[in-house]
Amino acid sequence: MSSFSIFQVAGSAMAAQSVRLNTVSSNLANADVVASRPEDTYKARVPVFEAQADGQGVNVREVAESDDAPLKRYQPGHPLADEQGYVYAPNVSVVEEMANMISAARSYQSNLEAVNTAKSLMLNTLNMGR
Amino acid sequence: MAGDIFSSALYGDFSQALKVHGQRLDVLANNLANADTPGFKARDIDFRAALTSAQSSRSEGSQMATTNAGHIGGTDDVQASLRWRIPSQPAADGNTVDADLEQARFGEAAMRYEATLRFVDGRVKSMLTAITGQ
Repeated sequence: MSSFSIFQVAGSAMAAQSVRLNTVSSNLANADVVASRPEDTYKARVPVFEAQADGQGVNVREVAESDDAPLKRYQPGHPLADEQGYVYAPNVSVVEEMANMISAARSYQSNLEAVNTAKSLMLNTLNMGR
Repeated sequence: MAGDIFSSALYGDFSQALKVHGQRLDVLANNLANADTPGFKARDIDFRAALTSAQSSRSEGSQMATTNAGHIGGTDDVQASLRWRIPSQPAADGNTVDADLEQARFGEAAMRYEATLRFVDGRVKSMLTAITGQ
């Protein structure tokens, strides 16, 4: 474990949080895309984090698809409505995604802060004796 | 002997302390990095234990050598002094990182590192003064 592992650790966390932000924006962008069959709807993407061995940060194991059922809406006038007059919306909860987005941004910021602190400590160490 | 100006007599225990503080920063950064990882258990270094083991490994001169796969080597200073954090409140996903607390501790550890660095720096500067005589 060197003093530079802090950059690797915080960097891995920032990368993971970026993936999370990407899935949030993907989910939000597709929140209103309706389909005429339930299996054709967009499924909410969820990143699965796991800790790396030996305290070396975090990585994204996979970006899973949510198993929640799509929302069924009665809109007989909709061009994509099926014979019964239903359209199917993605299983994306916009409120949940917004909360997710704020949490990811906060985590990203705190890791960035850790990198900045470590950087100034390293610089001070390099300037030892001057 | 030229090596003497880099000896521990000059830096005292500060160089060991600096190393342990650096390792503690690594552990705390890892806690922060895993603040959103399900099931992750936050850890911290028992500073007293880590410093004592760093000092004793210095006075013994070296770590135990492992020349066979069955040998048990000397324990790493940090690994032996890692402790689990006791969570203040449970999380549904089994994660025990409290991001605010970890951030506060990270700031504290950075401050301690800096303070130790100042002491080392002071020793170096006084040695430079002695060398240049000004």
